[in-house]
Amino acid sequence: MRIVVLIKPVPDPASAGERLGPDGRLDRAAVPAVVNGNDEYALEAALKLIEAAGDGEVTLLAMAPTNAPETLRKALAMGATRGVHVTDPALAGSCAVSTATVLATALGDLEFDLLLAGIDSSDGVGGIVPAAIAAHLGLPFLSYATRIEPDMTTRTVRVRRISATGYDLLEAPMPVVIGCTQALGEPRYPSLKGIMAARGKEIVTRSLADLGLDGATLGGAAATTTILGSRMPPPRAATEVVRGTPDEGAARIVDFLVERRLI
Amino acid sequence: MPMVTASMPLTYRLTEEQQLLRDAVRVIADERVAPRAAAIDKTGEFPHDLRDLLAEQDILALPFPVEFGGLGGELLTICLAIEQLSRACATTGLILAVQELASLPLLMAGTDEQKARWIPKLASGEHLIAFAVTEAEAGSDVAAIRTRAVRDGDDYVITGAKRFISHGSVADLITVFAVTDGSPGPAASRRRHLSCFIVEVPTPGFDVARLEHKMGLRGSPTAELAFDGVRVPAANRIGHEGDGFELAMKTFDRSRPGIAAQAVGIAQGALDVASAYAGDRRQFGKRIGDFQMIAAMLADMDAATESARQLLYKACVEIEAGAPDAGRWSAMCKLVAGDTAMRVTTDAVQVLGGYGYIDEYPVERMMRDAKITQLYEGTQQIQRLVIARALLGKGD
Repeated sequence: MRIVVLIKPVPDPASAGERLGPDGRLDRAAVPAVVNGNDEYALEAALKLIEAAGDGEVTLLAMAPTNAPETLRKALAMGATRGVHVTDPALAGSCAVSTATVLATALGDLEFDLLLAGIDSSDGVGGIVPAAIAAHLGLPFLSYATRIEPDMTTRTVRVRRISATGYDLLEAPMPVVIGCTQALGEPRYPSLKGIMAARGKEIVTRSLADLGLDGATLGGAAATTTILGSRMPPPRAATEVVRGTPDEGAARIVDFLVERRLI
Repeated sequence: MPMVTASMPLTYRLTEEQQLLRDAVRVIADERVAPRAAAIDKTGEFPHDLRDLLAEQDILALPFPVEFGGLGGELLTICLAIEQLSRACATTGLILAVQELASLPLLMAGTDEQKARWIPKLASGEHLIAFAVTEAEAGSDVAAIRTRAVRDGDDYVITGAKRFISHGSVADLITVFAVTDGSPGPAASRRRHLSCFIVEVPTPGFDVARLEHKMGLRGSPTAELAFDGVRVPAANRIGHEGDGFELAMKTFDRSRPGIAAQAVGIAQGALDVASAYAGDRRQFGKRIGDFQMIAAMLADMDAATESARQLLYKACVEIEAGAPDAGRWSAMCKLVAGDTAMRVTTDAVQVLGGYGYIDEYPVERMMRDAKITQLYEGTQQIQRLVIARALLGKGD
């Protein structure tokens, strides 16, 4: 089984230093990068599928600034086979449309049965790139996956998709794009041997020219969306702490919710 | 098999590889070890779950050669891991420190056959190993050991008792030092009467006589071990007969930095809690950290901890490079780090005031844990003795 996992380096949420530059773009050099949380769940799912199948390989694909290999190594340390890193100065400020175009083009050079992607990223939170890639490549898109069951003999995959009432069972022929959620299971810690092994794993770098794409029609120069401004969320109102016995507390909370017509 | 390269750093910084390994251990320490630390202290139960975690993540593989399933980590890399674990929980840091300590005689003087026999399971973490030198009447005076190993055909028969043996009740292998030549003689020959053995337990005649109730490090079982005619094959002897004393001393040259690393970790853990608290706790309308008396304490704690850390890292590199005064480096880093841990944790309790004295915050545990680093693997007085002898040219 050949699996490609999309990996996005995002600002470390723990650093709290994330900020937009004067051009409205995220200043990615200002904060340490980590693998996007949902992508780690996608990678964990991919590694489990390979382990269950007994063979196969997991290729990481990232479109990111030049320092991305540092972050990709952490994903390789979890057990992925190799990485492909698309980077080009023209890609700074890319919108979701550009990103999907570039990643879909890069996928043209990779053979895969499953393409796993985190359902959204913690920086942009657009959540449309995986679907857009599927549209580009004309592949089925199974979103909000909580379980992935591939069948290599029929070359189909079944996915449980979160629904309002439970889950939908979806089936599609391979190759297929799957949007992954945290319900797939906690990502593993890289072992120290995994970290050492990752230092020797291949990360291929591709520029827009390598992909046969034109920087004038993609990236920041051709962004379809513009950031008009940004501001901090307003501070939360003072917290009301309910004290007393459990019964008194429960009564007070029920009153509180009823007053606001929430129950 | 990937390996940790044996090259010395060319610059006065950690290598990229060392930073990566340290950071990986730090994440595990923060996310998995720290939340368990209070319960480990409270119950006094050995954290088998965390031992399994250290094994799964290859942390216990660090001290062992690549050809026997280890990671071939340098002394500095091992100490970085002990430091990070101890920052969250000193008991957990000691799991790696003792695994290294007790394996050192085997690593330094064992035959390839002996290494192939025991190291793979130590590196995988399937087996734990304990180090049994100390006896009730032989603490600082190692040569005063009374446990005897008497040759009987192809075997030795070991009889005696060991005390204060970390992990003595949970280990699968015990590195035991015993007298193989009991003839009384001048001090010089007292140094030639000990030999080192690996005892695989359980085995007939071996018993865990009791466990100590300790001030700190409560999750780490400290056992009294009884050897009543324990028979071990001669193939279990590490090095030659009479090499034991020298082997024990060489072991301490390399193992004391592990305890220094534990001490630096404890100090850093206490400093982290104290500075967070001082930035948060308000009295008289401002953060207590804004009062100069508290700010100065925090600054001194930070400077002391960093000083101890830098001496430790330097000592590791010197010892790894085969410095002729390895014993001095080893003693100095343990001396400074142990005293630093005691002072910094005591000050951390002071910064937290009454909250520092109760178990709602971890600093009282850290203060209790810190004390042992001034006592074991040679008291601070023994470290000073080693350093002073190196200065005065009495190299023993």
